[in-house]
Amino acid sequence: MVVSKLKAIIYKVFFYLFLLVVTVFSLFPFYYAIVTSLKSKSELFSVDLLLNKIQLVNYQSVLSSESFLWSIANSVLVASAVVGISLLAAITAAYALGRIEFKGRRALLVIVLAVSMFPQVAVLAGLFEVIRWFDLYNNLLSLVISYTLFTLPFTVWVLTTFMRQLPKELEDAALIDGATPWTTLTRILMPLIWPAVITTGLLAFIAAWNEFLFALTFTLTDDQRTVPVAIALISGSSQHELPWGNIMAASVIVTIPLIILLLVFQRRIVSGLTAGAVKG
Amino acid sequence: MEQTLAKQQVPKRTLTLLLNNLSAQQQRVVYAWAFLVPTIILLLLVAGWPLLRTIWFSFTDASLANLDEFEWIGFGNYLYYEDGEYYGLLTDSEWWQSVWNTVFFTLMSVSIELVLGLLIALALNQKFPGRIIFRTVVLIPWVIPTIVSAKIWGWMLHDQFGVINHLLVSAGLIDKPLAWTADSDLSLWAVVIVDVWKTTPFMTLLIFAGLQMLPTDCYRAAKIDGIPPLKLFFRVTLPLLAPTIMVAVIFRALDALRVFDVIYVLTANNTDTMSMSVFARQQLVSFQDVGYGSAASTCLFFIIALITLVYLYLGRKQVGMDK
Repeated sequence: MVVSKLKAIIYKVFFYLFLLVVTVFSLFPFYYAIVTSLKSKSELFSVDLLLNKIQLVNYQSVLSSESFLWSIANSVLVASAVVGISLLAAITAAYALGRIEFKGRRALLVIVLAVSMFPQVAVLAGLFEVIRWFDLYNNLLSLVISYTLFTLPFTVWVLTTFMRQLPKELEDAALIDGATPWTTLTRILMPLIWPAVITTGLLAFIAAWNEFLFALTFTLTDDQRTVPVAIALISGSSQHELPWGNIMAASVIVTIPLIILLLVFQRRIVSGLTAGAVKG
Repeated sequence: MEQTLAKQQVPKRTLTLLLNNLSAQQQRVVYAWAFLVPTIILLLLVAGWPLLRTIWFSFTDASLANLDEFEWIGFGNYLYYEDGEYYGLLTDSEWWQSVWNTVFFTLMSVSIELVLGLLIALALNQKFPGRIIFRTVVLIPWVIPTIVSAKIWGWMLHDQFGVINHLLVSAGLIDKPLAWTADSDLSLWAVVIVDVWKTTPFMTLLIFAGLQMLPTDCYRAAKIDGIPPLKLFFRVTLPLLAPTIMVAVIFRALDALRVFDVIYVLTANNTDTMSMSVFARQQLVSFQDVGYGSAASTCLFFIIALITLVYLYLGRKQVGMDK
């Protein structure tokens, strides 16, 4: 009896120790970025895990940089546009794929899934040519078009999964009343699928906000860059001086909105992610 | 006002007439295809056509500076024989180095993530106070943009002022700071560490979702029989969880094989860590050699396509769920 009690206590201690280690491992890098971002230039080179005083010089310098503010605006614009377009196309597609039986449905689902696995670099040359044809090089529209490569298959796939979960009876009644699929979708299914649409849009937004390869390749000037590229390209006055304080301040600024989204929508984000992957 | 109404009604009426001649099921099929048109057009524009063009470019000597004029050179970018020697991508040691780096990176990061993800998912599956908070905390690295996490870790792993070296030195584990991102023995490991930090949450979530779908009656029976937890894990949980783990591993592996951002930001175009994607982009954009870069992209595409086929084969029951 005593032995088993002791065992249970040891087990508990290890369990909470494990939780603690995982928590520190997960949080420490971002915590350290915040600490670094609040230091002055000279303090950067002494390693301190705690702050003695808060200095906002890095934030002032980042937020007074016009090109950084542009990059935030660009990221918001591109991510919103690409999410809007993907959702519009995906809602009808997901209805067709999820609730209508037709020849070629399975093949289309497989193609959509396969496209979501595409290595981005495999379409780089071809996309570059398409973007030049439309004369969109160094234009934000080139990013809106190219981001569809990963947002659209993802939104179609996740929404199809959610569409399938709705009970069949809902539609049968509408069918008997002679409603067209369009009416069924907009009047009956849409109100039910709204939360899933928001979740999917949110995840697609995060993916578009984080994209790097296309943004790096298809834009050239400061005023057309997105946030990830802007951060990757922050450089000091000389090759040996890297403005880590500025980089960390910029990093914190672009990450805080995402963490807020995570805190607010965490339950939904979890269900959306797992619907997209495990069931797929 | 009346005119516009009339205009709208004419095509609508013809459409209705056409549709009325079809059976209800046929009507639904027509709708299905109409609903799919935007998605199909968009996917052809951003995926189908560019992919075919990239494969086509890989058989030409196209350059980025002049993308309109190029010549067909067959398999020249891949392999050709001249004056008793072979040339081309398949003889390029830098390419093979990038293939090896990518494979090593994928094997290491996915297996570490699998072990960590499994442990964290098992912990999440227990009932303890603050479980939801813990789940959110665990997800935070996933939500941080890859570029940002690469920059943060780049700073933490800095050879002179990095906190990691500082901690390791003061703990007495190393006697002088390590050049994490520059030392050829360490740099690939540095990339693996950052990727593990960033994507373990995703692995955790997938496995956690799988755990929650396991039947509970097995566990009740096991509890009554007094089977020890470790035995229960290896004999019951792991076999039942195998399909989920399989899917999660393939999912993550496909992602790891096309890795670009972390490596590009953490170690730039260093051959020690260069992945296939970094190699292909460098040829394509930095060296303007669209033909050669496309050949590399095409190889990467076919490797990933092959694994995707395996994935679809394994997951085919799930794709046709309702059958």
